[in-house]
Amino acid sequence: MPESAERRPSPDALLQQAKAESRGKLKIYLGAAPGVGKTFEMLSDARKKRLEGVEIVAGVIETHGRSETAALLEGLEVLPKRPLGEPGRAVGEMDLDALLARKPEIALVDELAHTNAEGSRHPKRWMDVDELLAAGIDVWSTLNVQHIESLNDVVARITRVRVRETIPDAVLERADEIELIDLTPDELIERLRQGKVYAPDQAQRALRHYFAPGNLSALRELAMRRAADTIDEQVRGHRKAQGEDAPWAAGERLLVCIDEREASAEVVRHAKRQADRSKAPWLAVHVETSRSARLTEIERMRLSETLRLAERLGAETATLPGDAVAETLLAYARDQNVTQIIVGKAKRSIVFEAVFGSVVRQLIDRSGSVPVEVIPESSERSAKTLFPLSAAWPALTSRGVAEALAMTVIATLVAWPLDVWLGVSNLTLVYLASVLVSALTRGLWAGLITGMASALAFNWFYTQPRYTFTVADPDNVLAILAFSGAALIVSILAGRARQQTLAARTEAKTSRELFGLSRQLTSAKSEDEAAESLARYVARAFDVECVVLARVGFSELRLAGASAERLDLTDADMAAARWTAEKGEPTGRGADTLPGARWLFLPLRTSRLVAGVVGVARTSPLTRGERRRLAAMGDQTATALERAHVAQALEQSRIETEAERLRGTMLASLSHDLRTPIAGVLGAASSLRAYGDRHDPSTRDGLLASIEDEATRMQRYVEKLLDMTRLDAGSIQAHLEPLDPPDVLAAVVSRARKLDEGRTIRLDVERDLPMVRADAALLDQALFNLVENALAHTANGEIVIGAARSRGGVAFTVVDEGRGIAPGDEARIFERFARAASADVRGTGLGLAIVKGFVSLMGAHVSARNRSDRTGAVFEIAFSAESLA
Amino acid sequence: MSDPAEKRSSGQRLRALIVDDEAAIRRFLRSALIAEAFDVDEAGDIAGALRLAAASRFDLAVLDLGLPDGNGADLIGPMRAAGGPAVIVLSALDDEPRKVAALDAGADDFVSKPFGVAEFMARVRAALRHRVQMQGSPPVYDDGHLSVDLARRQVRVGGVDPRLTPREYGLLHELVLHEGKVLTHRHLLTKAWEGGEADVQALRVHIRHLRQKIEVRPDQPSRVLTEPGVGYRFVSDRA
Repeated sequence: MPESAERRPSPDALLQQAKAESRGKLKIYLGAAPGVGKTFEMLSDARKKRLEGVEIVAGVIETHGRSETAALLEGLEVLPKRPLGEPGRAVGEMDLDALLARKPEIALVDELAHTNAEGSRHPKRWMDVDELLAAGIDVWSTLNVQHIESLNDVVARITRVRVRETIPDAVLERADEIELIDLTPDELIERLRQGKVYAPDQAQRALRHYFAPGNLSALRELAMRRAADTIDEQVRGHRKAQGEDAPWAAGERLLVCIDEREASAEVVRHAKRQADRSKAPWLAVHVETSRSARLTEIERMRLSETLRLAERLGAETATLPGDAVAETLLAYARDQNVTQIIVGKAKRSIVFEAVFGSVVRQLIDRSGSVPVEVIPESSERSAKTLFPLSAAWPALTSRGVAEALAMTVIATLVAWPLDVWLGVSNLTLVYLASVLVSALTRGLWAGLITGMASALAFNWFYTQPRYTFTVADPDNVLAILAFSGAALIVSILAGRARQQTLAARTEAKTSRELFGLSRQLTSAKSEDEAAESLARYVARAFDVECVVLARVGFSELRLAGASAERLDLTDADMAAARWTAEKGEPTGRGADTLPGARWLFLPLRTSRLVAGVVGVARTSPLTRGERRRLAAMGDQTATALERAHVAQALEQSRIETEAERLRGTMLASLSHDLRTPIAGVLGAASSLRAYGDRHDPSTRDGLLASIEDEATRMQRYVEKLLDMTRLDAGSIQAHLEPLDPPDVLAAVVSRARKLDEGRTIRLDVERDLPMVRADAALLDQALFNLVENALAHTANGEIVIGAARSRGGVAFTVVDEGRGIAPGDEARIFERFARAASADVRGTGLGLAIVKGFVSLMGAHVSARNRSDRTGAVFEIAFSAESLA
Repeated sequence: MSDPAEKRSSGQRLRALIVDDEAAIRRFLRSALIAEAFDVDEAGDIAGALRLAAASRFDLAVLDLGLPDGNGADLIGPMRAAGGPAVIVLSALDDEPRKVAALDAGADDFVSKPFGVAEFMARVRAALRHRVQMQGSPPVYDDGHLSVDLARRQVRVGGVDPRLTPREYGLLHELVLHEGKVLTHRHLLTKAWEGGEADVQALRVHIRHLRQKIEVRPDQPSRVLTEPGVGYRFVSDRA
């Protein structure tokens, strides 16, 4: 009741809370393309929520004739569409007013980007949603990435289809939650083929255009990055709110431009040094043009790695869409008050630049007062890209030699019959082909061996005099020399080509690993999930044992993820890991510190701290390449760990706030529910003492009765409080035994009749009910509380206590003739200290919470609903078939 | 002094209205008031109270602050308009803000739940007495140690002028005028301060000085009493 004196939070806190509470929350199911299953997922979630008792109403759902989706709609409340337009060719739009009037806890509004038909209140559906949110209704909606305004151009260029229905990015940024609905391109194409997305003829056309695998991959990446960006922003926002942002020196602000070239990393490092020198914040920015869609997987990986590097070095990173690179950059720079721009210069010929223009040139020309620093690509770096010959010399094995010689034999056999038609010197081409095949498939060594053997074989078999190594004709000497030279060059070139293919394959594998890992990390909700993902990936990628240790405080580490159940980690290993965490440097096998250990530990570093340590162990040490790949995976995980950490901290503080709120309500309840009867007792007793003989007998009697009543009320309250405390402490255990429902009810009724003699309490028990396995005391108390609740909420009218078969089990019901339950309150009333909105009912707010606690201890389920035949509430305790004895 | 007993002897029966949603509280308040020769009406909520107030004139209203359909203090305005009964509000012990708000709205006094009948009736008497005083001329207070002549603005402590500053006199005047009744900080600040800014802290300092001048033992005041979080009350030390 309102008199209860709750602890008052500060006005500021209240204001903030009010702001947050009054506006509904927006959740967006984001997908890369139509057909990934956004609506399906949203409806599945909605059904789950509904089972929890949350009131969900579908404002509008587009099933697109997909039967799986339509099936999910069953049982959900769907508002009918509002007809619009002239009769005959009427179109239906979401009935916003009906939805506002209905005021559910959560409204489902499909296709956020939809454009409303003429005659609607708002031209766009997202505006409808905005109004719902403003009315305090939570909204779940769906959105495809191509509808996001800032991505519209990029998507149009990728798919050659321009989408007209867009929503402002701000709508997405304001979303409280974004769930990425991800489907691999293959899965989506398979769904299309099966006709699950479009009708077959449409599907064929779609597959050729919009849904081409290349398009889908690009769209998918866009969606993922967009979802991750928003999450990052939320985390950053939180950090800011906590005041963790370091104060910057006023004024200076650097911006560094990043592209997919390898040299970008060098430019980033340079910018970092500059920023450190001037103690300025710095931004690392990549401009995404239509060209971005044509980048190879390797280039894309490199780009995101460079961005990560910048982030790790403390830059704020951003990816800007826009086709005019220089203009986009400058606009952003002005917007962010940048004082200096740093950009790398690609090594290009003057002719190239004269023809195609240069971003750098444009930047310098148009930057106005902002100085532009150009970092030339270092010549040392270009030298490095030269093919390292040594790598083409794989170890020489006897089998390799045999295979190389076999190639010569085959060439000889092929050349033999051709000898009749071809001139001798032409036969060298056959041998040359064998050299090429050998070098391409087996490497440089094999090519050289085949070359030498071929030269000898050619000499032996085909030069005059035949079957000797002597050469009579000087022409042939020339031919053999030419052949040997050609064989050498072919071997080297082919060997190099092979080496590059291998390198590309490894890089592609790395990208795939990283991509897969980043997918998992994006969805990781806790530190442990992120750590587990990394451990699993690393173990699989390098065939190692792997542990991931998350940092707790400054020097402690906690095992957060491991590739196997049991791992051999000694105290010395842990000490090494701690050292890595503290110093941020690798230790263990292959590192500079403790190189003799079994484990190698690498730090998981973010821009701000070492979030943890990853450890790997294998019989053979990791190669340098493997360590690089491991470090890249570690970088990704570190960011995810940090994000999860912040998210967990947020959740923790939310839980604490909730506990605080509960304590407050508890205190208010105590002060009111305990104090009120005490006031009654004290007042009546003092009145008796003061005026004993001046009261007439009936007044005296009334006062004494009042003392008794109030003391009983206090007693009941204390009992409930104790029950609740015991429930919380987990000290109540259900002793399940077979009970006969009529017995149970008879006891409840006789106890309940003492509560209020004036009321009709009727029993209605089905005949021949099976025995129910339950705890006699708990069930009795639960039913008694329900009756007590019914009495408190109904001034008069009959209360029926019943038991009947229901859904294979047995259900106990308490039915009253009161005003019933306010819509939407069906689940809330079982929360502790929740009281009906009408305040004229006195109760502790604990009775139903105890019922719920007791009932779930017995493995049964309690629910509340309104009567269908008249006003009044039905409370039901349902035992399932398994609970029958 | 006119008190309920005198009024009764002159044939006037006092009429009381009890507004509280707790039946037990109503029952014992009623028993006590009837024993003190009041006619008693009861209401459980604001709506009921307004109906009763419209129908008859009350000398005393006992209002619970936490009523099912609102704050009992909201009744004070309409009731005053209807002829002005003495108003006692019932409140929780730790609900100072609402107590103060009710007093500022015109309530005469408050009682914190739980309370005994003796305490309650003492408050009722003080409130009724004050209501009568307001209608007569300013009296002279004299308890043997302290005497205050409100009309002539003269103060004597043990027969000697304690030389009060104008502010101290202003405070004492207001307190004595409302003898037995709690005065909120705001009330004292607006009534006794006349111009010039002041806060509760300053008020405390002046009260301390006043006590040093008029109390027998300033560290254990028996005349100017503190109502924590609410204000001050002047009680008679007349034997």
